[in-house]
Amino acid sequence: MVTTVTSFGRSGLSDWLVQRVSALILAVYSVFMVVYLLVNPQLDFAQWHALFSMTSMRIFSLMALLSLGAHCWIGLWSISTDYLKPFTLRFVFQMVVGLLMFIYTVWGVQLLWGL
Amino acid sequence: MLTVSVYRYHPELDAKPYMQDFQVDTEGKDLMVLDVLNLLKIRDRGLTYRRSCSEGVCGSDGMNINGTNGLACITPLSSCVKNNKLTLRPLPALPVIRDLVIDMDQFYKQYEKVKPFLLNDTPAPAIERLQSPEDREKLDGLYECILCACCSTACPSFWWNPDKFIGPAGLLQAYRFLADSRDTGTDQRLADLDDPFSVFRCHGIMNCVTVCPKGLNPTKAIGHIRNMLLTRAT
Repeated sequence: MVTTVTSFGRSGLSDWLVQRVSALILAVYSVFMVVYLLVNPQLDFAQWHALFSMTSMRIFSLMALLSLGAHCWIGLWSISTDYLKPFTLRFVFQMVVGLLMFIYTVWGVQLLWGL
Repeated sequence: MLTVSVYRYHPELDAKPYMQDFQVDTEGKDLMVLDVLNLLKIRDRGLTYRRSCSEGVCGSDGMNINGTNGLACITPLSSCVKNNKLTLRPLPALPVIRDLVIDMDQFYKQYEKVKPFLLNDTPAPAIERLQSPEDREKLDGLYECILCACCSTACPSFWWNPDKFIGPAGLLQAYRFLADSRDTGTDQRLADLDDPFSVFRCHGIMNCVTVCPKGLNPTKAIGHIRNMLLTRAT
């Protein structure tokens, strides 16, 4: 058993599961957005606003946003433990990534609910 | 004439490793790579490599043959030589002791971690612990591993974290004992593997499957371990 304190869920299984489920959510969200944009070539602000005013779309978007944050954190944490061998560099990288993910998530929520 | 380029490094004499070229006359025969090394050894007694059974059973002569890990004794020249050139290097990732000989300590440490022996806390029967033919069949494709290290040293996850990621060879053995009906240590074995490195550093790129000289499938075994962990935890 290898001890880690900076991984997303502390457990390898939990991180692995979150990574797969979040990937699935992001894939479905991406396909939905691409299809929506393709079938609505004359999209205007009113229609876009109406789409994001729907509760279901807000839930879906928030789910995708949180998935993106978790997915990025697990992926970048993994990359940092593979390639960044000096402790200080790895620790600073992980803290910066964690902070950025938090900022982007809060910013994303603000955009989503302020639209 | 075949050009054979061999990785040479004698730590007491050489400042750094270098590649040495030899010309070898194979007399048109499709020799095994180990036969070529044996011919070179007659010319240069200092050339160092491990070998023992010469028939793919002992796993001593694992090396990097024209860029792919394999056993020199069962790799014919016809399957690896390109443009009449054969390049031989030690298995990657582990420290070189001399020429094609690597220090396999780290590899064995990971193997030790999975407790590669039966754990059973029930009283021992008078003669032996019996197993049905069906249960015995579950060990096929697992027990045949000869620990040559071709798979683990072909795995980038093992290159980056050889002290934390158990590697395909160790994990194949971990599943060999998880799948054994006579073993009662399943819970403890699984608990020891549930961290972000031991099993989950495998990203399924299947280099291990490509290079295994015994045709085994560590990626599949790792998938089974993941499923067992998931079943146990949900």
